[in-house]
Amino acid sequence: MRGFWRAFRRNRLAVIGGIVTACLALLALGAPLIAPWDPNRPDVKKILDQPSRAHLLGTDQIGRDVLSRMLFGARVSLAVGFVSVGIAAFIGIVLGSTAGYNGGTIDGAIMRLVDLMLVFPRFFLLLAVLAFLKPSIWTIMAVIGLTGWMGVARLVRAEFLALKEREFVLWSQSIGANGFRIIWRHILPNAMAPVLVAMTLGIPAAILTESGLSFLGLGVQPPHATWGNILNEGKEVIELAWWLSVYPGVAILITVLSYNLLGEGIRDALDPRLRQAGGRVGGRGR
Amino acid sequence: MLAYVLRRLVLALPLLLGITFVSFLVIHLAPGDPVTALAGGDLTMNPDKLYAQLVKEYGLDKPLHVQYWNWLSRLARLDFGRSFAPHGRLVLTMIGERLPITLLLNVVEMLFIVAMAVPIGSLSATRQYSAFDKVTTVFVFIGFATPDFWLALLLMILFGVQLGWLPISGLRSMNWEYLSFWQQQGDFLSHLILPITVATFGGLAGFSRYMRQSMLEVIRQDYIQSARAKGLAERVVIGKHALRNALLPIVTILGLSLPTLIGGSVIVESIFAIPGMGQLMVQAAFERDYPVLMGNLVIVSTLTLLANLAADVAYGLVDPRIRVGRRRR
Repeated sequence: MRGFWRAFRRNRLAVIGGIVTACLALLALGAPLIAPWDPNRPDVKKILDQPSRAHLLGTDQIGRDVLSRMLFGARVSLAVGFVSVGIAAFIGIVLGSTAGYNGGTIDGAIMRLVDLMLVFPRFFLLLAVLAFLKPSIWTIMAVIGLTGWMGVARLVRAEFLALKEREFVLWSQSIGANGFRIIWRHILPNAMAPVLVAMTLGIPAAILTESGLSFLGLGVQPPHATWGNILNEGKEVIELAWWLSVYPGVAILITVLSYNLLGEGIRDALDPRLRQAGGRVGGRGR
Repeated sequence: MLAYVLRRLVLALPLLLGITFVSFLVIHLAPGDPVTALAGGDLTMNPDKLYAQLVKEYGLDKPLHVQYWNWLSRLARLDFGRSFAPHGRLVLTMIGERLPITLLLNVVEMLFIVAMAVPIGSLSATRQYSAFDKVTTVFVFIGFATPDFWLALLLMILFGVQLGWLPISGLRSMNWEYLSFWQQQGDFLSHLILPITVATFGGLAGFSRYMRQSMLEVIRQDYIQSARAKGLAERVVIGKHALRNALLPIVTILGLSLPTLIGGSVIVESIFAIPGMGQLMVQAAFERDYPVLMGNLVIVSTLTLLANLAADVAYGLVDPRIRVGRRRR
């Protein structure tokens, strides 16, 4: 662990990424305290005001403060990122470990399921499902998670295939520990490193997917502010109000960039050889 | 070789069945029956009438296994039904119109990506830690983090609105019919510039990263040392001996990006109003046009499956190790 910290601290970009992600999390958590205005209160006297001292990032079509909306939007983005990656990682770990530990027919069946899920273009599957469900923040989280677990499953399976032949596993088996216990208590902790890396890199991917869906108008619905739907609304007045189309994009860019830097930093610090594994939760949904 | 092709085909069959099953499941995913979900949406058609049409189209009043069997037998006859939109056109015809556009756009995009990523990745690998390597690394990270729809917006503001150099939506100008043949081609190309730029930018980051990684691994191999030792020029060592081997993993990754190639970039197509598969899917999702959604899902994933199969076979032809050895991964 100490070796990890030493290696991680030496990577300046990764440290910056870590600090920025921490700041973003604080901003999102503290949004109700920090936000200068009510994010949903319209003001007819302040329609499409330029950025000014009162409204640092300007106002939108119905006079709502863009900065406040973006702070609340950060809550949505981060919540979607964390929860959907949590869901994806859980499914991936359960299926990947079951496949890797048992091998044979079970392994074959689970891996065919992975192949099957990968045949569908991600956004097509998302759109098909979202057309049937009421779009809410919860359905978005669930759907992104449910369509993004395949990378983790493959990663965990590969780790299990390698680890299950090692002495400590054979030992536990020889003293009669049951499979469930061996998987969760003995093998999984040793297989977690690449999963954590994939999860850190999966968060920005999920954030991009959510903002893309919200931008299309099929994600989190207004008046709930998200970076994606601020951009979507701003698109209509792009010639009048550049700030509506610029700042939310910058926010997404900075967030995704810092999570990526953090994730790659963790990966390199944990084990330089992991560079080749490169499994992300989901990947770029397009 | 024939045995290998047959084995791949047999393995693809359950996947094909799986595709139809997942697409069938999607209809039944809605909480409660489809009516409840429908009532919430913005509809052009009244919910009762739509539901009646759904029941008629998919036999929702019958037992599940009967529904699935009917769905399968219709698919076997390539009967994807008609769109629920007022025009009521055949789903297959609609897809047939849009697939070529998406394919054209994405094949061009892929060519650009590969043509740029291979030299960029190789150069930054052979000059690891040089200024060029650092600049491209920064570019790669920014490329990964830039939402494609935002980049599209910015380019639209700059080139479409401010400078007025390029058209920002559709594939043809209003005055298309009055242009001469060559002007028409030029008009078409000018409509493609922005979408292709956006799509290329997104993919370029990933590919040049993979290329760099792959090249870095190859140039540390012994056979590269041998090539140098026998006195070959560095250009030949890198450009011929190293490059060929470094390209192998790139081919695999190209195979993995096939779903996007056929499905199209949903976001780029809908932002630039390009009538391709992705835009069709978004429209169908908005209008709750079930036959189009289901048909699109089945056709695109089946084509992806076939393309994967073709890529695997081609790969087996190129690299005998894959044919002989066990399946990948």
